[in-house]
Amino acid sequence: MAEEKKLFKVTIDNITIEVEPGTSILNAARKIGGDVVPPAMCYYSKLKDSGGKCRTCLVRVAAGSTADPRPMPKLVASCRTNVMDGMIVENITSPAVQEARKGVVEFLLINHPLDCPICDQAGECHLQDLSYEHGAEGTRYEFNRRTFKKHDLGPYIQLHMTRCILCYRCVFTADQVTNKRVHGVLDRGDHSEIATYIEKNLNNDFIGNVIDVCPVGALTDKTFRFKNRVWFTKPVDAHRNCDKCCGEVQLWMRGDEVFRVTARKDVYGEVKDNSKGGPGWICNECRFEKKNASDWVIEGLSDISRHSVISQGKYPGLVKPKETVVEVMNGHSPKLMMNIHSVSEVNKPEIELSKIAGPAHSSDFNSNNA
Amino acid sequence: MSKKLLLEKAHVENIRLYDVYRREGGYRSVEKALKTMSPDQVTEEVKKSGLRGRGGAGFPAGMKWSFLAKPEGVPRYLVCNADESEPGTFKDRYLMEFIPHLLIEGLIVSSFALGSSRTYIYIRGEYAWIVDILEQAIAEAKNNGWLGKNILGTGFNCEIYVQRGAGAYICGEETALLESLEGKRGNPRLKPPFPAVKGLYGCPTVVNNVETLAAVVPIINLGGDEYAKIGVGRSTGTKLISACGNINKPGVYEIDMTISVEEFIYSDEYCGGIKNGKRLKACIPGGSSVPIVPANLLLKTAKGETRYMNYESLSDGGFATGTMMGSGGFIVLDEDQCVVKNTYTLARFYRHESCGQCSPCREGTGWMEKILWNIENGKGKMSDIDLLWDIQRKIEGNTICPLGDAAAWPVAAAIRHFRDEFEWHVLNPDKCLTENYGLRHYADPIHVPVA
Ligand SMILES: Cc1cc2nc3c(=O)[nH]c(=O)nc-3n(C[C@H](O)[C@H](O)[C@H](O)COP(=O)(O)O)c2cc1C
Ligand code: SF4
Ligand code: SF4
Ligand code: FES
Repeated sequence: MAEEKKLFKVTIDNITIEVEPGTSILNAARKIGGDVVPPAMCYYSKLKDSGGKCRTCLVRVAAGSTADPRPMPKLVASCRTNVMDGMIVENITSPAVQEARKGVVEFLLINHPLDCPICDQAGECHLQDLSYEHGAEGTRYEFNRRTFKKHDLGPYIQLHMTRCILCYRCVFTADQVTNKRVHGVLDRGDHSEIATYIEKNLNNDFIGNVIDVCPVGALTDKTFRFKNRVWFTKPVDAHRNCDKCCGEVQLWMRGDEVFRVTARKDVYGEVKDNSKGGPGWICNECRFEKKNASDWVIEGLSDISRHSVISQGKYPGLVKPKETVVEVMNGHSPKLMMNIHSVSEVNKPEIELSKIAGPAHSSDFNSNNA
Repeated sequence: MSKKLLLEKAHVENIRLYDVYRREGGYRSVEKALKTMSPDQVTEEVKKSGLRGRGGAGFPAGMKWSFLAKPEGVPRYLVCNADESEPGTFKDRYLMEFIPHLLIEGLIVSSFALGSSRTYIYIRGEYAWIVDILEQAIAEAKNNGWLGKNILGTGFNCEIYVQRGAGAYICGEETALLESLEGKRGNPRLKPPFPAVKGLYGCPTVVNNVETLAAVVPIINLGGDEYAKIGVGRSTGTKLISACGNINKPGVYEIDMTISVEEFIYSDEYCGGIKNGKRLKACIPGGSSVPIVPANLLLKTAKGETRYMNYESLSDGGFATGTMMGSGGFIVLDEDQCVVKNTYTLARFYRHESCGQCSPCREGTGWMEKILWNIENGKGKMSDIDLLWDIQRKIEGNTICPLGDAAAWPVAAAIRHFRDEFEWHVLNPDKCLTENYGLRHYADPIHVPVA
């Protein structure tokens, strides 16, 4: 007879659940789901040693355990604090937690360029979601935002250091998913940066996964850069026979055109497990080289949360709305105001965004600034 | 004249050399411990001595040692924290530079107690010349049979290695130190696990300050009980204080923690009073991380009692009216010093030294520095003072390691006690560039409500 495992009882925001010993508070909360799940910007369940850094997942432990029911003196990082039997945790029920979290969001944003309008991550950015849900409306920061020297990471991966929140996920990914890490965190404090030290391409196989783990637009797919807004593309699940990875991906399409290939993500934005078990990391070839619909067997539309802006591109068979512009413009046809990529070149790719403090303005793109 | 246990022989000529040190009674504690005591007995004596960690936190050393996990077949390590980078603190440097064998002796006894056969001294990179001094002392000790294999025929093996840091304050935090010692980026680790369970190379490890480990020598020579009789209350033994700032005699002093703060500042045995006959305005008594206090709260507690140079008395009143012993970096500010400028300087230091791992410390320290620069340069607003308060509050307690707290506390204390000086800067944006706020009421006697 298998011995019955002792489970720990933990109460989070008045909801009690039983979990296995060794479960973190965050993962226990994810088992409950919904509002009691603390936001996590650096923890990534598929990456060993991740978490503890961003401090967005702070919670209050009102009682440590049945054996020692004293509260913990400080707020703790729920992603790296394990539950004890009889532990009582407060997340959304604690004003102190809400206050501290608001502070963390503010800290994460003071040096963020807020260049969402020209950022490829917009629409699937965890920092955007976090700010809407937990941030304040305005900023109290009145100084120039941080800028960095430009680092070129090669043909696949685009780095915008100004957007980085130093979650270290990409560092763990390179350590744990590729055969060799060639980038890391240089320098320290508010001048820390992700870089390769000696200019080097990031092209080890599987390195493309850093794009998927990056919670913000600091690491994006160069082969997709400025090509489209994610919410105009339609995510579908697809697969191919690949001898390097599981070959199970998500294609971001418009019509028959494959704009981007990524791993499949779960509700927390983490790479899903593949059908054979284990994280569904994908290889560079599947991600960067297979941009024809014919390369793939399409399984169907991906499941995207109804709350995501991306879900607008998901529904099939919609009736195309009637063109009304001509009608309301007294018979004038619509004028192409702006095409964000190469055609008009208004969004000059040669302008290095990491050198612009704060949001980019039209003046940054004036020709005399090129 | 207070009792000296550590620096008593520091000025004997050539005490840096083994022969002189030995002639003066050096290495007796190693003989005593290795030949007549068991490792647990040594730990017991350290416990009885009441010795508290001298690196800043003041955690009882004997207790820390007894927490060390001892799984079968796994090496254990002792690591000596000689990173000493806290502004105002320069006592370890003095000890290592003038009487290096005292540290080596303490390390051998402590290694014996803890079962560490490979003991490391992690030393601040800027102390380059002290590395040579220590390595010479280690070589001499080894040549004379105090280190190496089968020491004194007891079967105990021990080697001591010196490792230089690369110039980062954060590597003084014990887990960042271990990371750095392992050759990695000096980021503090998340705790638990604590080093006592999983430290250097994943093995049980004790990290102690230089002065803590040197104090083991007199503890073993005198016996823990005798050592505990020196000092007062839970502040046993002697403490090295590095005094600096506007005083007549800056330097390193060994005190027995029974003297008052007033005596320490004004007596000729110690600081010799404020320089140029000026008046005392404020003091940071335990290194840059501890709260700054105005003169009146430095010399007397809020209850009107004399404040003494020991752990309990310095922290009397908590953060509201007290401060901390910290690492013993005693920084004195006279009436001509500007608290805003001082706070800005400290904020700049912490911004520069943050490892950048956690968002509140990485972003908050830089923000505070920028606001303080504005206020100091006549560009501040009244609302900035409240904003500063709010920022420090959101850093404190919400970070991975205590550097976040250490960055928040000086700002909090400066606003708590010197708010009118900040406001004066805001209200006098031109004047504050050429004049100082001065002493004002900061040395006035504090009204003590009668019970
Ligand atoms: C940012 C930071 C810097 C520190 N720097 C030092 C240091 O330079 N020397 C030191 O002995 N302890 C330093 N400490 C304290 C150590 O983490 C640790 O508590 C100490 O070495 C333990 O020794 P002790 O118990 O003998 O005091 C520092 C702590 C922090 C948070
Ligand atoms: S680049 Fe992205 S994944 Fe890497 S540390 Fe920065 S935010 Fe995290
Ligand atoms: S508090 Fe500061 S120094 Fe400590 S781990 Fe966090 S960022 Fe690094
Ligand atoms: S998710 Fe827990 S600290 Fe970042």
